Amino acid sequence: MTPMSRSKPIKIELVSDPMYLCGARELVSSIAHRVGFGDMECSKIALALDEAMCNIIRHGYNKATDRPIWLTIYPQQPDETTYGGIEIIIEDEAKQVDPSTICGRDLADIKPGGLGVHIMREVMDQVVFEKRNGTGMRLKMSKSAPRPDEAPRIGQRSSGSNPAQARIS
Amino acid sequence: MAAASDNDFVRTESPETGVVILVPTADIDMSRSPILRSAIKSELKPGLDRMIIDLGEVQYMDSSGLATLVEAMRIAKSHAVPLHLVSMTTKVRAIFEIARLDAFFSIKDSRQEALDC
Repeated sequence: MTPMSRSKPIKIELVSDPMYLCGARELVSSIAHRVGFGDMECSKIALALDEAMCNIIRHGYNKATDRPIWLTIYPQQPDETTYGGIEIIIEDEAKQVDPSTICGRDLADIKPGGLGVHIMREVMDQVVFEKRNGTGMRLKMSKSAPRPDEAPRIGQRSSGSNPAQARIS
Repeated sequence: MAAASDNDFVRTESPETGVVILVPTADIDMSRSPILRSAIKSELKPGLDRMIIDLGEVQYMDSSGLATLVEAMRIAKSHAVPLHLVSMTTKVRAIFEIARLDAFFSIKDSRQEALDC
């Protein structure tokens, strides 16, 4: 799903307990920072991950707190069009659903719930749901850090600054 | 951010008669939204002059938090109680904007602004 070259990933297994969402958010946010996203974008990427995991817990596992969720995060190397990015893969053993039926609700219909998929699609560049072989679902999300036209190229920056932080809001 | 324990996650203040201010003291996610929902439901009663939810100590909120606040707003409207959200951080404000909910709520910069309106 991504043309960018991946770094080696970090893979962790979590249980489907909401109390561990904070740890997953911190992890992805830290890696996003390292890749070069700014504070606001890191927060939004963490939000997308949170929403994905909440959906698994709530809808896939019916709020069971002892089921597995596998999280894989690939930092992506810079290429000709970006300063890098991040790819997140989340897998579970929940009931399988037709990926084409997964969609957010109409935002004009204001009511509690149903915002998770909309948030994921709003925040990330690509969001792809698919069935795993056998059991469970897989969600792939990715986001690139755009290279502003006026930004200095790597190697042309003044020393002592953090160019990634300065480039990307 | 440094999280409060779930036991003291929501602080309740009443600076004047008829006014209740709820102060969540940490991130609002799926694990803590039920605590906030419970606090709102126990305080948001008919006859209250206004309720203020101060989000100044909240650095992160997910859609379960949004859902809790949407539900709170609906209860407040049904009871004719003005409900204001105040002191949102930039990151939390961004979540409301992503969900297109920033116009649905009464969002004020400060407690005083919510008390004065």
